[in-house]
Amino acid sequence: MIEVIGLTKRYGDKTAVNDVTFTVKPGIVTGFLGPNGAGKSTTMRLIAGLDSPTSGSVLVNGRPYREAHAPMAELGTLLEAKAVHTSRSAYNHLLALAQTNGIPKSRVTEMINLVGLGDVARKRVGGFSLGMGQRLGIASALLGDPQTVILDEPINGLDPEGILWVRNLLKGLAAEGRTVFISSHLMSEMSQTAQHLVVIGRGELIADVDEATFVAMASTNVVLVRSPQASELRDLLIGPDVSISSPETGLLEVHGLNAEQIGDVAFEHQLRLHGLTVQEASLEQAFMEMTKDTVEFHAHTNDEIADRHHHAAAGAGDLR
Amino acid sequence: MTATLSRATGDPIVTPRFPGMKVTQLRVIKSEWTKFRSLRSSIITLLVAMVLTIGLGALISGVFAAHWNKVSPDERANFHAVDISLSGVGIAQLAIGVLGVLLLSGEYSTGMIRSSLTAVPKRLPVLWAKISLFTGVVGVVSIISTFAAFFIGQSLLAGHHIQTTITSPDVMRMVVGAGVFMTLVGIIGMALGGLLRNTAAGISSLVALMFVIPPVMGLLPSNWSDRIGPYLPSNAGQSFWSHPTGAHLSALTGFAVLCLWTAALVGAAAFRMKRSDA
Repeated sequence: MIEVIGLTKRYGDKTAVNDVTFTVKPGIVTGFLGPNGAGKSTTMRLIAGLDSPTSGSVLVNGRPYREAHAPMAELGTLLEAKAVHTSRSAYNHLLALAQTNGIPKSRVTEMINLVGLGDVARKRVGGFSLGMGQRLGIASALLGDPQTVILDEPINGLDPEGILWVRNLLKGLAAEGRTVFISSHLMSEMSQTAQHLVVIGRGELIADVDEATFVAMASTNVVLVRSPQASELRDLLIGPDVSISSPETGLLEVHGLNAEQIGDVAFEHQLRLHGLTVQEASLEQAFMEMTKDTVEFHAHTNDEIADRHHHAAAGAGDLR
Repeated sequence: MTATLSRATGDPIVTPRFPGMKVTQLRVIKSEWTKFRSLRSSIITLLVAMVLTIGLGALISGVFAAHWNKVSPDERANFHAVDISLSGVGIAQLAIGVLGVLLLSGEYSTGMIRSSLTAVPKRLPVLWAKISLFTGVVGVVSIISTFAAFFIGQSLLAGHHIQTTITSPDVMRMVVGAGVFMTLVGIIGMALGGLLRNTAAGISSLVALMFVIPPVMGLLPSNWSDRIGPYLPSNAGQSFWSHPTGAHLSALTGFAVLCLWTAALVGAAAFRMKRSDA
């Protein structure tokens, strides 16, 4: 269990995390979503006690992580792909970490084999690929058989086979009753792994919900309507909260009405329907929808840039 | 699942799978030993220090022995057989100091420190373990080196009967002192590495402290340099492991002053490690 309570972290005058509160429960995989720079990594560093909060607190299994007696049994972490001295071998890296907490040597070998690094265990970590580094990070996170696991972008750099392996590993850990908290920028990956989602943007909590609710909350569900009398139907459906576009003749994209409402309107006015399809927003679309206002660095469209220049010019004019 | 949850106050909430699993100071020292021996660079740097201490001492002793007949009376008056055999220490201290810097700055530059501090979230046991291990390993190697340098040097000087013996007054203190001096310089290096978290900055500041500031101090008017100079770490060290010329502290005061420098820098490094974000 991870309890994040009113957590705020400022670096100088930049606020990375602003008054965030959420709980990560055991027994399920919880995904941590947010655009780059949203504060995901900072939050994870605060959970692991690497950074101190400006205000608020974090409890791992009921107390601050820094007070843990057997830290590696409480929390396993993968924060950066390579938090490893590059000149040391994978085996000696894991051994040195295991020794601090009194974890037996046999566990080091067990973890090396689990993550599939058996052949390169005695090689310098500096020569590892991104995926191998990631596997080593996962091995070090699981070394102490921890009750709670936090992994920052765990599938980064892994091949499809590796991604499947991590996904099953995480589900297995959750099924054993552990708390599993993973961040990812790949929404599609989250939708296949996480049962619960915590979403942040610009350091603020946007959502703390199960996956279905998240999609529903953000969803701008679209109904695709095919009809030979499309234009007549369009006039009947249009209203203050309804927007309709027509990408091709005979096809309408209706926002703001559900399939039942559209079907009923068509029936009442005896209009032919050849198709009535609900397009559910994917997790990815939901995410984009919810965080579009909070993206710190995003690509502007030409119109937006033109608009800004216009404003800037107007502002400069005002000064004169 | 092997871990169980219990909310009894004071009890560990999670029962670890491995019996007796917890962080102890001794275990962190063991871990630091694994880290130390598994880096080729630390072993090589230590060997370099050993070779410099013994080799340079032997070389200079040999040169003095071979040219003794041509050495001027002035030089003969200031000749100390111990100092000549310990000539390598002045350079070897740099290798030991660099080793100290690397031991901490290397963890910051590679990101290893984040692994170390999440495994030991109380943090300071990591610093204490590094210092204990360093003192043990480097202390033993340094003292062995200064003894070897002394005996090899004296055997070379013996040809002209200008050698001294380990039982002569102050000699034992100086030979042991030279080893202790190098170890303390290494700990100062480690503290600088932890304070600056950067290898280049750590080595530069160590060189400045030990090699640049002392001669600069000598350029000042002597009523200034005589008052401040002896308290610089390198000069304080020389007062107990060599025969310094000019204004200097007594051997015991010099040792105390160098220990104070070390303690102050280690204290600052500990404060930074405990308080700053890793």
